Amino acid sequence: MPDTQTDIQAVRTTILSWLQSRLDEEAMEWIKSTSDKLIDGAEDWVFYSSFSAVPRHTGKENLSLSTKEKAKAKELRTGWSPSHWSIDDLGRTLLTLSIAEEQKDVFFEKLEKTFISSDIGEGIALYQSLPLLPHPNDLTDRAAEGLRTNITSIFNAVAHRNPYPADYLDDDAWNQMVLKALFVETPLYPIQNIDSRANKKLAEMLVDYAHERWAADRDVSPELWRSVGPFADEKIVKNDLKKVLQNSSKLHQQAALLALSDSPVESAKQLVVQHSSKLDQMRQNNIDWDYIGKQFEQDSL
Amino acid sequence: MAEENMMFIDPHIHMISRTTDDYEAMRQAGIVAVIEPAFWLGQPRTNAGAMLDYFSTIVGWERFRAEQFGIVHYCTIGLNAKEANNEELAEKTMDLLPRYASKEGVVAIGEIGYDDMTDLEEKYFHQQLELAKKMDMLVLIHTPHRNKKQGTIRSMDLCEEHGLDPSKVIVDHNNEETVEDVLDRGYWTAFTIYPGTKMGNERMVDIVKKYGTERIFIDSAADWGRSDPLGVPKTAQLMLQRGISKEDVKKVCYQNALDAYKQSGAMKEEDWLDRPKIDQSQTYGGNSVLRGGLEPFIEKEEPSEDDIIIE
Repeated sequence: MPDTQTDIQAVRTTILSWLQSRLDEEAMEWIKSTSDKLIDGAEDWVFYSSFSAVPRHTGKENLSLSTKEKAKAKELRTGWSPSHWSIDDLGRTLLTLSIAEEQKDVFFEKLEKTFISSDIGEGIALYQSLPLLPHPNDLTDRAAEGLRTNITSIFNAVAHRNPYPADYLDDDAWNQMVLKALFVETPLYPIQNIDSRANKKLAEMLVDYAHERWAADRDVSPELWRSVGPFADEKIVKNDLKKVLQNSSKLHQQAALLALSDSPVESAKQLVVQHSSKLDQMRQNNIDWDYIGKQFEQDSL
Repeated sequence: MAEENMMFIDPHIHMISRTTDDYEAMRQAGIVAVIEPAFWLGQPRTNAGAMLDYFSTIVGWERFRAEQFGIVHYCTIGLNAKEANNEELAEKTMDLLPRYASKEGVVAIGEIGYDDMTDLEEKYFHQQLELAKKMDMLVLIHTPHRNKKQGTIRSMDLCEEHGLDPSKVIVDHNNEETVEDVLDRGYWTAFTIYPGTKMGNERMVDIVKKYGTERIFIDSAADWGRSDPLGVPKTAQLMLQRGISKEDVKKVCYQNALDAYKQSGAMKEEDWLDRPKIDQSQTYGGNSVLRGGLEPFIEKEEPSEDDIIIE
């Protein structure tokens, strides 16, 4: 497992400076003094109650981080990408990090209690903060639990724009996450490191899923083929990708071409040569997997 | 119902035991917001896990369900007197309270108070008043069915013992016997229009005529028993018919409850004046209020100014 333990103190300092430029004096004073109290070891109820109360003080505006702030986030934790967070998410993360240096079992007991009784907004904040928390190797069951929910916004808090799954989930949990994203019709492109975590077993699961959908006369997302491409054998090329290439939708055809160009087998290479001008055109227009994902998402709205 | 375009708040109703038909009828009758005080469920819970799930429901699914019918839902969090008599359950529930009491839409610690006036009831009443004091929260007091007058006075004594400001405490289920004491001591004085037991609405008309409208408001406390979720709008109509002014009806059926509970910081008029449009195609955890292929109702029109004006 990678060593991506964050410097909690440094993250807290950064979060405070981001809040400083966004909150009025009263709200800033509340969050700062609450955080200090928690660092000094306040009674348990102070954490639970202030964690819930954050939006009453901070509001719920989107963060809209500046380019410099985004770069700072990545510097503090590889892959940390909070630009879609709201200000209360940030405030809640600050308070969670303010108890994060407590003894491991004490911290985990409070964290788990907060997860169990969380409402949707609190759940989103907690799952988004996973990559910043201490003892990340011990949080995999919690992350998997978040992926089991049927609440899409909670699922997305784990799966989307979050480096935790790629860094810590094993292949089985990872594969379930990708397949479930397709089931709950949430896009794949915001999943970090989706290409580097592709694996043969996942490719087989995805192909089986596509067959199930086709048998029921249902469409499949063109994004499905993203994790299939590198493991597309002769059979998958012949039975599946060729079929997608003939789909009446341009987006599906483009997805098939991208998947074929990732495949190591001979038949795929031949198809790529046959469609080389189309592929060139796609490259010129920056049509890549992220484009396909975004376009499909937009078309489905 | 009462008068066209009047808005009502039902500040005490147990929607968890009501149907979607009730929500529709309430909306139709002008109810824009409800408060669901945490209470027992008609049969005692046997463990604190049941309490955790119940609290999660009233801050979660029930809020969503109300929103699907255009009603804004708030709640209060507390251990009720009946269940305080199960000491093991009570101890564990006390641990849960701080985890729920500051969540979005939670307006008070409540409903708490006495049932049998046992030592255990008193112990957890004390502990919850102390919690409200240190969390700087409002308190909703349930006054007992039996020995009501003494129970009400003792409840207020306890609040004062803990240094709570009467303007931050709502004493509910009052009647002709308790109203004077509660008003005189500066508490919000709530009345429950509940058929056959607590208060009938003709009696309520007389109380408003006698005591005026300052710090007085009404609710239905409708629950799993034979009760009426339209208690507030029906009483408003009766008040108007019996000569109480529209302005006074507005105070008792809307404004006073809002003034009392907006002190929590968790409830404000904008919540329903600017509420999101009803969209029944939405789900909560994948669960919808619709069944059997029903067409989702999706509200389109902008609410007109007439919807928000109470003359």
